[in-house]
Amino acid sequence: MKDEIEIRVRNLVKKFGNFVANDNLNFDVYKGEIFGFLGANGAGKTTAMRILCGLSHPTSGELTVAGYDIYKQTELIKKNIGYMSQKFSLYDDLNIVENMELYGGIYGLSRKHIKLRVEELLYKLNMEASRNTLIADLPLGWKQKLAFSVAMFHKPRIVFLDEPTGGVDPITRRQFWDLIYEAAHDGITVFVTTHYMDEAEYCDRVTIMVDGRIDALDTPGRLKEKYQATTMNEVFIKVARPDFQLTMDN
Amino acid sequence: MIDIQNLSKRYGEVQAIKSISLEVKANELFGLIGPDGAGKTTLFRILTTLLIADSGTASLDGMDPVLDYKKIREMIGYMPGRFSLYQDLSVEENLNFFATVFDTTIEENYDLIADIYKQIEPFKKRIAGKLSGGMKQKLALSCALIHKPKILILDEPTTGVDAVSRMEFWQMLKRLQQKGITILVSTPYMDEASLCDRVALIQNGEILTVDTPQNITHGFPKKLWAINAANKYQLINDLRSHPKTATVYPFGEFVHVTAKNNELEINEIISYLESKGNQGVFSEEIVATIEDCFMELMNTSINN
Repeated sequence: MKDEIEIRVRNLVKKFGNFVANDNLNFDVYKGEIFGFLGANGAGKTTAMRILCGLSHPTSGELTVAGYDIYKQTELIKKNIGYMSQKFSLYDDLNIVENMELYGGIYGLSRKHIKLRVEELLYKLNMEASRNTLIADLPLGWKQKLAFSVAMFHKPRIVFLDEPTGGVDPITRRQFWDLIYEAAHDGITVFVTTHYMDEAEYCDRVTIMVDGRIDALDTPGRLKEKYQATTMNEVFIKVARPDFQLTMDN
Repeated sequence: MIDIQNLSKRYGEVQAIKSISLEVKANELFGLIGPDGAGKTTLFRILTTLLIADSGTASLDGMDPVLDYKKIREMIGYMPGRFSLYQDLSVEENLNFFATVFDTTIEENYDLIADIYKQIEPFKKRIAGKLSGGMKQKLALSCALIHKPKILILDEPTTGVDAVSRMEFWQMLKRLQQKGITILVSTPYMDEASLCDRVALIQNGEILTVDTPQNITHGFPKKLWAINAANKYQLINDLRSHPKTATVYPFGEFVHVTAKNNELEINEIISYLESKGNQGVFSEEIVATIEDCFMELMNTSINN
């Protein structure tokens, strides 16, 4: 399963005027892989992610997502990917079912199909009793799980998650990762950014971006070995800021 | 330095904080640790005189946030969770503005902020709205310090900031503490607890526990095991389906496991995992982290 390439990036460059946001990126992401995309604020993660989602064009480079060309087939790409942003995109004044139906409609699914999928997801999320609750009245953790499910509504091949777990309690954060593990187990490719370094350990492979470049890309285990670190937090600091003193000087 | 007794605040149906009591000692670096919606901001807004509690009392260096609000405002530095400086003023103009409001000058208290402000001084003509996240954070801290406060109250200063900038920020806090300032800081990142002298864990408007990070982790009431295997997804599912496991949580590279009634023979678990086909099973008994303790306390408070 994990030798089939779902995302292929060759020599990706993105410039904004003189500023190089993505400086010659090269990587592949495999089917069913949990691919962690890390980097300091401003390292170029969001820029690359927006390009892979077909929301922005690269300055140069060859890219395919779900087998489709990023320049000519963006509409096909959008049909085959799901995207969850850190701000979510649920409508506060619609209820749970209405939000699901809206997204099903946007993705062009039939009414019958939407109805079935809504029930399936409500059951899976254990939200059947709250089906008519407005999004505005839901706890943050519920919104996150729901936003993930909505991004998965049309059963995409790849799902992009941009800092999906910020701010929730540690149990809810782990329940969210259960959903990610399950999706990957079902063959869906998960592309995820996070600031929680323990979550980097849950990924099959991890990329660390520094100043627009990819300075590290490997499994968490091999990265820790290479940088002689015991945690991904240490790896991150050594890669992102080699001159940084780890000791607390007090 | 800060004394909080039975403080409560309700917004309509929502009880934001429920009879919270806490003490922060002079020159302590005290952490308030909990997720969004736990009540951290409400508590800070009451202490900083921006919100009035429904019941209970608070005092900051002997002063009451309602009666002595003007004096408290002069004595504390407050960095709210949302960036609240003037986006269309430059770095230098923002700092000058805050200095003037507090009837002082940048020069007068420069030694206190020098360490932090030097890092953004090369950009002092840039407008605040065009700064990166890490630089905004340093400017906001400089502005909160410019009148030399006795108490510094910081609401989630490291949220959304990358791991390196978070480390740098905590180093700055340690140095401010050495200059005699009492610091009360909130964070949703459990791993930052170990950088505080004492912490309060807060959830749903209630304090779960208050102690030193070390006492909290050593007080974990159960045996805790870290287990690893080649296929994490299978490992988690197998552990959860074992009748004797109580909690099974992924924790970085490992899965942390506790047993029901604390009666788990680890050898039994290992042979069970191997019989299910798990490869490379590794396990060791470990000391809990703050996050383990937080989840344990959450489960206890839910069951009560």
